[in-house]
Amino acid sequence: MLEIKNLYAQVGNNLILKGINLNIKDGEVVILMGPNGGGKTTLLHTIMGMPKYKIIDGQILFNEIDITNLSPDERAKLGIGIMFQKPPYIRGVNLKELASIIPGHKDNKVIEENAEAIDMKDYLEREVNFGFSGGELKRSEVFQLLCQDPKLILLDEPESGVDIENISLIGKNLNKLLGKEEKIKNRVKSGIIVTHTGYILDYINANKGFILIDGKIVCEGTPNDILEEVRKYGYRRCQQCK
Amino acid sequence: MQIDLSRKYKDLAKRAVNKKAAYGIDIDLKMYEDAAEVGNYKGLDTLPTEIKEAALLAGVDVTEKNRSGTYMQIDHSVIYNKIMASYENKIEIISVNDALEKFPEMEKYWWQAVNVDQDKYTANAELKPMHGYFIRVLPGMKIDKPIQSCLMLQENAKVQNVHNIIILEEGAEAQIITGCAIPPKVKEGLHIGISEFYIKKGAKLTFTMIHNWAEDFHVRPRSAAIVEEDATFINNYVLLKPVKSIQMFPSANLIGKNAKAQFNSILYGKEDSHIDVGSKVILTGENTAGQAVSRAIVDDNATIYARGTLIGKNDTVKAHLDCRGILASKDAVMYAIPELVADKSTHAKLSHEAAIGPIGEEEIEYLMARGLSKDEAVTLITQGFMDTKILGLPEMLENSLKEMINRTRDDTM
Repeated sequence: MLEIKNLYAQVGNNLILKGINLNIKDGEVVILMGPNGGGKTTLLHTIMGMPKYKIIDGQILFNEIDITNLSPDERAKLGIGIMFQKPPYIRGVNLKELASIIPGHKDNKVIEENAEAIDMKDYLEREVNFGFSGGELKRSEVFQLLCQDPKLILLDEPESGVDIENISLIGKNLNKLLGKEEKIKNRVKSGIIVTHTGYILDYINANKGFILIDGKIVCEGTPNDILEEVRKYGYRRCQQCK
Repeated sequence: MQIDLSRKYKDLAKRAVNKKAAYGIDIDLKMYEDAAEVGNYKGLDTLPTEIKEAALLAGVDVTEKNRSGTYMQIDHSVIYNKIMASYENKIEIISVNDALEKFPEMEKYWWQAVNVDQDKYTANAELKPMHGYFIRVLPGMKIDKPIQSCLMLQENAKVQNVHNIIILEEGAEAQIITGCAIPPKVKEGLHIGISEFYIKKGAKLTFTMIHNWAEDFHVRPRSAAIVEEDATFINNYVLLKPVKSIQMFPSANLIGKNAKAQFNSILYGKEDSHIDVGSKVILTGENTAGQAVSRAIVDDNATIYARGTLIGKNDTVKAHLDCRGILASKDAVMYAIPELVADKSTHAKLSHEAAIGPIGEEEIEYLMARGLSKDEAVTLITQGFMDTKILGLPEMLENSLKEMINRTRDDTM
């Protein structure tokens, strides 16, 4: 699904990613942990092709297509989708209008079903993300992704700022988005989840975990091992592996 | 009747023929000849294609299916006016000249909301009158389909002076959509439009004016409304195409208890357009409320002045101004000028917000990450900014306006 080779990327003049190598297979979901400023969000945004994140060296292949120099909309059309941690609002455009023009051309029925599933039906006529609470923002993001239905899903702290009730709803829908309802051998969708707390793992089964420090992947293991390491020792021991 | 009434105001007008307007570029009126008379048409579908197309761009429904009545004037000839059968005895639509002949009560309306000697343009309209419409909605009549009017100029270097009187009798409700336009071959001219609105007790009028002029066109509307007790006046203005200059500062005087006024403007400043558009709400009566919302995009070498004035004359009044602009070109200029006046009203609540800024990169990139191209993202954000919902129009009218905005943007942006 995704192959990242020796990726270097910067924001402004600051080099953030320093030689990332990462392979994600079809149907694989991975978690990404690491201290603040380590490059987790930068990695997701660089995979998405956000203009602020400049690739200095390396290559990103998505389903064997070199997407290193593609714009975000080209990547989205190929099947990459992102859940933003702090999405902006768009005045005068309602959520339903946006959902209907997200490529994939969803009909009204699908839009209504998706909104129902993530409890956003009452928000369809509201301006995109305007005046939304933390939990509403996350649900708005999940709703948009359900409408986009990407193959590779990039989730930037899906649980931050979300109360217990919402986290379960979000978890359930992210599982749907990741194709977890399919039989195991039929699963083709992949995901990268950035998480600080690991709470999302109570709802989503991941296959692998990585720790990212100072722009480098310093550790790889099962999601539970990674989480246990971080819970017990913080990133102290990982720093030694840099 | 007409002569008597005119004589009453002719002297005042004569004294104001050289009086410059308080705002906007000064125009030498000698540059513009009087327009010639043209013939009448039997129906809007018999109009020449180029005129029909221009009318469509100004919101005119040439099929008339979704309208209750129509008034159409080209240059200074009334070429068509009609009330659909089911609305007869509910509304009156005639040329203002005919109204002056027919109705002695015109004295109560003629130059009563707008001052004849306000400036050289009002004076010129009085001294060289060229029709205009008289629209009256009879007491208690709720008109479900919009009344439409269209004022056009057909020949180059011509002036059109119109004087319109709009009366909503007690308890009446209506929407008027009025389009001013010109066929593509017309490049220059001057349009002066006087509009006096009388919204009687408990009545409600939504008046939507759509302007589609040309690069060398000067436009000087002079409008004012008098709004009585429990009445509502909503005034929408949409300018979509380049214009040489436009200057107007329509006002609503809320004289009756609980009266309300709302001004909404959507302005596209293109090419070398010089646009100076304001709105003024005078809150005279007890518990009156006002709102003025404007959205402007300034592109190319255009200049936009977006003005707004709220005058509180009573302790129990409340009003808000909201003015936002996007500067889309390095050569464009925008002034947002909100003005709040508390006139001996210590408890009047008047507020404003004004903001000018670019289209946010973050919003564009967000939409791109959802698969919209950069152009599509900019279009969607712009469309959202020029939010037709602020106009409070019925869905059908809003949709046709949205289509017009999209068509204009495709043409010019």
